[in-house]
Amino acid sequence: MSVASASIQFFTRLLRYRTKCAVPFHAASRILISPYLPQVFGGNKVLLGTCAQPLRQSRQQMAHRQQSWGQICRDRLAETGSLRSEEKVTVYFINRDGRKITTSSAKGDSLLDLVVEQNLDIEGFGACEGTLACSTCHVILDQKVYNQLGPITDEENDMLDLAFGLTDTSRLGCQVCLSRDLEGITVRVPDGVNDMRRSDDAGPTL
Amino acid sequence: MSTHKAALCKVQMLKLFLTSPRCVRITRFHGVCGLSTSTPASSPKVCIVGGGPAGFYTAQHLVKTRTDVQVDIYERLPVPFGLVRFGVAPDHPEVKNVINTFTQTAQHARCSFHGNVRVGKDVTVEELQEAYHAVVLSYGAEGNRTMGVPGEDLAGVYSAKDFVGWYNGLPRNRELRPDLSCETAVILGQGNVALDVARMLLSPVDILKKTDITQHALDALAESSVRRVLIVGRRGPLQVACTIKELREMVNLPGTRPEMEASEFEGIAETLKSLVRPRKRLTELLLKAAIETPGEEELEKRNRAERAWGFRFLRRPLEVLPSTDLIRAAGIRLAVNRLEGDGEGVRAVATGEVEDVECGLVISSIGYKSLPIDPAVPFDARKAIIPNTMGRVQQTAGLYCSGWVKRGPTGVIATTMNDSFDTARTLLQDIGKGTLDVSTVKPGSQGVSALLEKRGVKPVSFSDWEKIDSEETRRGETRGKPREKMLDVGEMLQVARA
Ligand SMILES: Cc1cc2nc3c(=O)[nH]c(=O)nc-3n(C[C@H](O)[C@H](O)[C@H](O)COP(=O)(O)OP(=O)(O)OC[C@H]3O[C@@H](n4cnc5c(N)ncnc54)[C@H](O)[C@@H]3O)c2cc1C
Ligand SMILES: NC(=O)c1ccc[n+]([C@@H]2O[C@H](COP(=O)([O-])OP(=O)(O)OC[C@H]3O[C@@H](n4cnc5c(N)ncnc54)[C@H](OP(=O)(O)O)[C@@H]3O)[C@@H](O)[C@H]2O)c1
Ligand code: FES
Repeated sequence: MSVASASIQFFTRLLRYRTKCAVPFHAASRILISPYLPQVFGGNKVLLGTCAQPLRQSRQQMAHRQQSWGQICRDRLAETGSLRSEEKVTVYFINRDGRKITTSSAKGDSLLDLVVEQNLDIEGFGACEGTLACSTCHVILDQKVYNQLGPITDEENDMLDLAFGLTDTSRLGCQVCLSRDLEGITVRVPDGVNDMRRSDDAGPTL
Repeated sequence: MSTHKAALCKVQMLKLFLTSPRCVRITRFHGVCGLSTSTPASSPKVCIVGGGPAGFYTAQHLVKTRTDVQVDIYERLPVPFGLVRFGVAPDHPEVKNVINTFTQTAQHARCSFHGNVRVGKDVTVEELQEAYHAVVLSYGAEGNRTMGVPGEDLAGVYSAKDFVGWYNGLPRNRELRPDLSCETAVILGQGNVALDVARMLLSPVDILKKTDITQHALDALAESSVRRVLIVGRRGPLQVACTIKELREMVNLPGTRPEMEASEFEGIAETLKSLVRPRKRLTELLLKAAIETPGEEELEKRNRAERAWGFRFLRRPLEVLPSTDLIRAAGIRLAVNRLEGDGEGVRAVATGEVEDVECGLVISSIGYKSLPIDPAVPFDARKAIIPNTMGRVQQTAGLYCSGWVKRGPTGVIATTMNDSFDTARTLLQDIGKGTLDVSTVKPGSQGVSALLEKRGVKPVSFSDWEKIDSEETRRGETRGKPREKMLDVGEMLQVARA
């Protein structure tokens, strides 16, 4: 397929998603790393595990019912048909207490969906339900997996900045979608949360 | 199929799709702990004062971890969720998702919500201690720090706490009626609350009208003349207290442009390398807004913008200047500071110089403040917190605290969550160790209900709140908003009891 026809196809699809979707794209998001690229565009390769796009709905819809990224992720995958798969991806979780949990979830699910659906007992995980408004879904990945996931949006980095024990391979679990390439990854859940301004460093008083 | 029908059908399918994972979540929570509903007479009975995030997260950890503990949450207002309802900005609905988890906790078989009960007035902490094995104080920070400068009580000067309460429908602030007839507003303090207030003052009404902002605030903001908001801090650009997400929202706010003083950022770019990641990214964004030459698109946005916002640094309020009739604020006199020391702990010292800024609206956003609740509870007046060790109130057995009243009024919901889990853990450890005696039989809510009835206080249950909730949602729907909050406690009670 020529580059021209591929780009036409790509933009027509994007346009269609934009008009069809219950969820408009976030203005600041980088569409190119959206997981909804058509198969011709590399499908899973681009899907390669990142849903690195801040989840924002129109404010009204948002307020009526908050949706998680993963839910929308799956919904849109279902809509496109081709990308939805019952195929399972195995993930090893290392919980806060150091216990290792072997679990699996459908391709296209986010790590947050996995935690919820598999009833993993990680208290407080995903407080904002995948809307990039907390940092309670902070996970630490292996360097290789981290590299595999590709670029992170500013919005995810902004929330990561508030995560306790931030590392160079930290991600927000609600923004990482499972793909075939992520089979067998290990995900560590760090302890606790942090806020840039703890009461003990609130600065001097005048 | 018509487009309309297709859309409807899609929405319905979406709803179906969306409800299923949430059910999973409910089973997750209840599956672990909700099975044993029988609570033997000698089961530990814990009372929580305050139905904000701290109260709900403490309750969640307690009922989840121990299958026999019974928790009652007492809340001053007929409506739950504290600052999630009355603090979090209306245009941040995603933050309010935590309400779903709080609702699950409140509906747990061993947890009950009792709204409309003012602890310290309707029932004392000592009476609660008699009825329960343990009392957790999670009543937040209902006061605010004051500037302590002349002119603070002029018309046109408000605390951010009251201003936030006004646009978010806190009953006690419904009559605030802030005067928005001036062009320039000055906000003192550079924390996230200051940015929330700035955003509310400058956001296009078309955005706000789709949120749960109160209608009276929306009407007033639609008529507002405020075109310029200055966010003033006593220290420098490297010490701003806000976080990057909120700053980015300002930078991206439609219809506005940043208006900064380039000179205030001298030498800042050179320090970037030595900063830790969060501070570095925050400062980079600040520099981008303040001094970088904007790209074409951004330039166009700035040229079209009718409203402006900007930070001003190294300025401490000295006096709010009155108008000629001495009734209203007409400006603010600021002392010019310089910095001493380095890093986050850097101090501001006065240079002796002063500067006057013309403005008709002054909002002081220099922090909330907890207040003592009951003479029986120790209170550290200097730090404005309940003195505690890991959530155990000092010198008082059976008394615990969590949230802002434990740590002071800083930290996002996630911080409050963790600190509440910590307190709950401490409490459970104390039961385990036997330092908290749970062997005696306590009457729990039955005892308190009897007292309240005698005093003519009628608590609001969680299902009563759900009636208020659905009425508010219904009223919102008619206006294209997610909810229209009731502003009057009397009305809330009426709907709750209908
Ligand atoms: C304006 C504002 C905006 C914020 N926005 C965000 C945000 O976007 N994201 C974020 O993560 N965090 C935000 N925060 C921080 C967050 O709200 C706090 O971390 C959290 O609410 C603190 O919880 P708390 O339970 O200690 O206090 P509160 O939320 O204040 O809860 C205390 C509860 O106790 C009740 N109470 C008080 N006195 C009594 C009494 N005598 N008897 C019975 N009940 C009583 C109160 O009515 C209230 O319901 C914001 C804070 C403010 C002030
Ligand atoms: N979207 C969100 O996530 C969100 C929204 C709102 C609030 N919150 C959280 O809620 C907490 C409270 O927010 P906040 O904005 O009220 O508090 P804050 O973050 O502590 O900010 C207080 C501001 O007031 C200044 N200040 C304090 N005392 C002063 C004085 N005497 N004179 C002059 N200036 C003074 C501080 O300056 P110094 O640095 O010099 O002390 C600081 O700039 C924060 O942790 C915040 O993150 C979060
Ligand atoms: S769940 Fe809140 S940011 Fe991921």
